[in-house]
Amino acid sequence: MVRARVRGREDEWTGLMRSAMAGDDAAYHRLLKAVTPVLRATARRGLARAGQPPDQAEDIVQEILLAVHLKRHTWDSEAPFAPWLFAIARNKLIDALRRRGRRVFVNIDDFAETLPGETPQETASAGEVTAQLNSLPQRQRDVLQSIAVESASIKDTATKFSMSEGAVRVALHRGLSALTAKLRDHQ
Amino acid sequence: MDTNELIRTLAADNAHRAPRVGAVLTMGLLVGAPLSILIFATFLGVRPDVMSAMHNPFFDMKFAVTLSLAIPAIIVSLHLSRPEALMRGWGWLLLLPVGLLAVAIGGEMMMAPAMPMTMRMVGKNSRVCLSAIPAMSLPLLAGALFGLRHGAPSRPALAGALAGLLSAGLAATLYASHCTDDSPLFVATWYTIATAVVTAIGALVGSKLLRY
Repeated sequence: MVRARVRGREDEWTGLMRSAMAGDDAAYHRLLKAVTPVLRATARRGLARAGQPPDQAEDIVQEILLAVHLKRHTWDSEAPFAPWLFAIARNKLIDALRRRGRRVFVNIDDFAETLPGETPQETASAGEVTAQLNSLPQRQRDVLQSIAVESASIKDTATKFSMSEGAVRVALHRGLSALTAKLRDHQ
Repeated sequence: MDTNELIRTLAADNAHRAPRVGAVLTMGLLVGAPLSILIFATFLGVRPDVMSAMHNPFFDMKFAVTLSLAIPAIIVSLHLSRPEALMRGWGWLLLLPVGLLAVAIGGEMMMAPAMPMTMRMVGKNSRVCLSAIPAMSLPLLAGALFGLRHGAPSRPALAGALAGLLSAGLAATLYASHCTDDSPLFVATWYTIATAVVTAIGALVGSKLLRY
């Protein structure tokens, strides 16, 4: 039963990711929404096993999502999406636990066998991303905040800051890359 | 920023397309190569008797060995730039130069050698070999690490070691055209030590630089 559900879910993810890579932003949004509860549940379990408070799970989830986003060109669209996702998630979870002074073994199956619904579907605010956001250059921060917090479109953001849409896109991508680099290096 | 907001932001950036790791690796190597060639042209140069040396199978064998290191190392390093990649099923590619060397050493043993074995192994150029291969490797290693940084290797030190192997293989290909020691025993000894040094540097730097 669980296996069949997991397989169905993973096929769906692969399909969504293929559409996303073909330029379907809505499919990409749905995919990220769909994987987040699984990532969150596993991050919590990893923290619990390492004797760490589970409230840091959201920081780890956000780091995984950023890595997934910035490394998605390493996904082979002929391959299933889940093993690629879980490899990135495992890497980030191990890094996060190591930073907190714990060495723990994280098994790929921890991700693969986690079903959504095991944890509440809340979405906590994470401290680390927010903190690093404030150290970004003004323009990148403005653009990120406009799109993230005010849920403005690229077009609206461009109008608001009197920028071209291309410049907004560049600032957005650079901001996300810089954020990821800061999260990786500040520890 | 809460996670829903982050997801919305990532989705807004979906249109951004990054180049493939192979393209960035190629670019990195193309930037590093002129520096390595400059070192080669300034301090080494092609050996003067290259035209007649080309008729010596052991001279040609050196290029087969160095390229059978460089090309598989490039292939494996690109494979490992995917986070879910395993070495299983790929490691044998890196044994190709070892196999070629073994065959060449066997071949030389069966011929009537002009010099005793120890002299062939020690050669005349061991010191140059040990400094030239690492020196010419470094610009290529920097380029390779730059390229692989674009990937997402789960084992950064291993990926860095492969960057070391591939750059040593390419540098050794240049060096082989300079060196007058053609005995496979010389290659197996000194090229291997030089390659090991570069590989260790690659692994060390890679373990820091290739984390994503």
